[in-house]
Amino acid sequence: MAKKLVVIGAGMASGRLLEELEPGRFDITLFGAEPRGNYNRILLTPVLAGEREFEEIVTHDDAWYRRRGIATRFGEPVLRIDRRQKRVITARGATPYDKLVIATGSASFFIPVQGNDLPGVVGFRDLDDVEQMRAAARAGGRAVVIGGGLLGLEAAAALHRQGMEVTVLHLMEHLMERQLDPAAGYLLQKEFEGRGIRVVCKAHTTAILGKERAEAVLLEDGALFPADLVVMAAGIRPETRLATEAGIRVERGIWVDDAMRTSAEDIHALGECAEHAGVVYGLVAPLFDMAEVLAKTLRGEEAAFVPPVVSTRLKVSGVDLFSAGDFSEGAGREEIVFRDPARGIYRRLVVEDARISGIVMYGETADSGWFFDKLKSGEDISAIRERLIFGPAFQGSGETDPLASVRALSAEAEICGCNGVCKGEIVEAIRAGAGDLAAVRERTGASASCGSCTGLVERLLAATLGTEAAPPAPAGICPCTDHGHQDIRRLIRARALKSIPAVMQEMGWKTSCGCHICRPALNYYLLCEWPLEYADDAQSRLVNERNHANIQKDGTYSVVPRMWGGITTPAELRAIADAAEKYDVPTVHITGGQRIDLLGVKKEDLPAIWADLNAAGLVSGHAYAKGLRTVKTCVGSEHCRFGTRDSTGLGIRLEKVLWGSWTPHKVKMAVSGCPRNCAEATCKDLGVVCVESGYQVSVAGAAGMEVKQTEPLATVETEEEVIELACAFLQLYRESADYLDRPYKWVAKVGMDWVIERVVTDRESRAALVRRFEISQSVHRRDPWAELARPESRPRSWSPLADLTTEAAE
Amino acid sequence: MSSWIDIAALEDIPPRGARVIRTPQGCVAVFRTGDDRVFALEDRCPHRNGPLSEGIVHGTSVTCPLHNWVISLETGQVGGPGEGTVETYGIRVENGRILLDEARLRRPDAA
Repeated sequence: MAKKLVVIGAGMASGRLLEELEPGRFDITLFGAEPRGNYNRILLTPVLAGEREFEEIVTHDDAWYRRRGIATRFGEPVLRIDRRQKRVITARGATPYDKLVIATGSASFFIPVQGNDLPGVVGFRDLDDVEQMRAAARAGGRAVVIGGGLLGLEAAAALHRQGMEVTVLHLMEHLMERQLDPAAGYLLQKEFEGRGIRVVCKAHTTAILGKERAEAVLLEDGALFPADLVVMAAGIRPETRLATEAGIRVERGIWVDDAMRTSAEDIHALGECAEHAGVVYGLVAPLFDMAEVLAKTLRGEEAAFVPPVVSTRLKVSGVDLFSAGDFSEGAGREEIVFRDPARGIYRRLVVEDARISGIVMYGETADSGWFFDKLKSGEDISAIRERLIFGPAFQGSGETDPLASVRALSAEAEICGCNGVCKGEIVEAIRAGAGDLAAVRERTGASASCGSCTGLVERLLAATLGTEAAPPAPAGICPCTDHGHQDIRRLIRARALKSIPAVMQEMGWKTSCGCHICRPALNYYLLCEWPLEYADDAQSRLVNERNHANIQKDGTYSVVPRMWGGITTPAELRAIADAAEKYDVPTVHITGGQRIDLLGVKKEDLPAIWADLNAAGLVSGHAYAKGLRTVKTCVGSEHCRFGTRDSTGLGIRLEKVLWGSWTPHKVKMAVSGCPRNCAEATCKDLGVVCVESGYQVSVAGAAGMEVKQTEPLATVETEEEVIELACAFLQLYRESADYLDRPYKWVAKVGMDWVIERVVTDRESRAALVRRFEISQSVHRRDPWAELARPESRPRSWSPLADLTTEAAE
Repeated sequence: MSSWIDIAALEDIPPRGARVIRTPQGCVAVFRTGDDRVFALEDRCPHRNGPLSEGIVHGTSVTCPLHNWVISLETGQVGGPGEGTVETYGIRVENGRILLDEARLRRPDAA
């Protein structure tokens, strides 16, 4: 007859233990205080955020227990353990055991302040907590989360997503202080604040106020935070009551030895309630290790739990952070730090005795596996110390092999951003027989969405299969290189290349300084990728963008001041007329983009004519730029009897937000006030047609060498949403198009579905695009002539180096 | 016979850039390469008279800003896409100063 095994607690650790025990070995009874079986507690966050339903996170259902012959007693808390008679007592009686496992987990730590027991104050441990929070979120209002650790931040982000106004109160100086150092904590705080979640650090809660239910949280300094919901996420407390009362040894948790035995015979403990070698674990990986050890112990096999090095990731979509090991400062410890403020990237390695002892990564964690391996293996890193921080991609030396760049990437390096496919998966698929691009796409999904990583996947095929079987590498963008546009963009990002010489060096350019095709493209890619760091290279600009004017066939230039949304004033017209006369402008022309073109201006007059125009408040129209040209409008509801909305006002707003940005090719927009479409919005790169119910935003039209109607992007209700969509669309175009592809060509390559997904459907993606656009615009939203036209800063290069005509005449 | 006249400092021209000198024979473009060599060419593309001084300088070539003809700074030869030659002038750098051979420029029909 099988021995009786009683398990108290139906959490993740006990769930794994039950899986490990072969059916029939024990006669098992499982008690759970919650009225439900084992589920994946880690995924409570997505349930709270509304991204998943509870049913999806159940790990063991009734059928499973039945199959395994496990008797379940859910919703029946164990009241005490009777060690002498070897039985556990519940409200319904006694159950005998031969072996007992305590897996009672932990409970939220409710900070001991007045009001912590009011209705509306919840922990974040189980489904009941989540259901209370979701109910509160449905009613809207304000939530205060006490605790800025892993759990608190996940709860805060989820509640924010559910539409609540959220404040996080954190006792320590920076968020997640157990896992992150101050710098990464700061970036994390910035990210949360950027989403609209308020974060207060060094917040000492003194009371939760309220009569019937929680209404506000009071801090020691007197600050008061109104709250409809208070979430206690200040820590967890191992649930040890049963053990303590049974006289079993309890420290912070229930003491266990290496074999997961407690101080009492035939009684074991595991999970968050257990303490091994002075440590209580809260992350799932070590708990699963414990379950495996205990299963062996119960079978009578030798087994010992080895304290693992644990790593942390935060389960908040859009937040990428990783930490592992010990990263506090100390004697004999050195640190290697890498920061990239523009992209919000921070990396810190703590090195002790030539070995990595701690890792903190924020913003970009693709290489975390590579670093974590080195930490766990204790590898001596002296030989690669100098380049270590840049990750595996940077460990190769000078290369001539075109495949070296992909070889240098780690197995964890993400190749396909759309489908989250890393190099290792692709290589594995190729080794398993995926011999061409189509097969790799089918098996891994890599390059199957937007296709921008196709070049890299092809190189991986070549590198993995050997050169005989290598498919032809994609054609280079010019004779100076074998790399295509998308390869270049990706490698600039992956290898953090920040200057034209760096790109040429690292990607093996075949010429010393490129040519008129690659240099402007590289200049644009670097400018787009590193907006705050990269210094624009005037000598890699084509003439128009270097001189901020359009060169004409006779070497003179045209001058086009911006007319926001096609609106001008008598004063502006007077200033333009005066300038035209003063500088002998031979031709004054009205452009198709609703502004005035002064043609035939001599190069040396450009700074002076712009000084005059600037003085009248006119700024560059960027009529020469691969950037935003015009936003054409009709007069809309302000004047037109058919106009449904203020198309002119919206056009002006759009132009003021978007102007100055550099793009892969020129961008033209229009806003029409009604479907009669007088502004011809449906053949622009982005067009808006106002209708009674809102704004129809469409993109990827053309009216040049090709004529093409726009394709619908989305219909929205407010001007703000139009602007958000326009920013996100423009940024996606900026980040992913080949240089000199107009939006319609780019969309044809990546597919409209992908664009809609990134810009419209996936709100996180949209918000991130808008955020990156704003970072870029903080540099570029300005008039180049404001600087160039100032007499004291006018570069001498506008006028001839020397004039020998007078001398020669003498 | 050469007669070198001092035109300007090397630093007055950006690396991989050009400046213009007005002469009785028309504009002359003075180029400075990435490795600080200087070249003087007629500032006029043989294709459609584009100002070569506004082109992108790469290696020892310049690409015309109007229609991307590539011209050798050393020989004045068009390397593509069309054919033709641009007049070149004597020029050198001495102690950081750019010196131009003026004799050629004084000849009425230099080109």
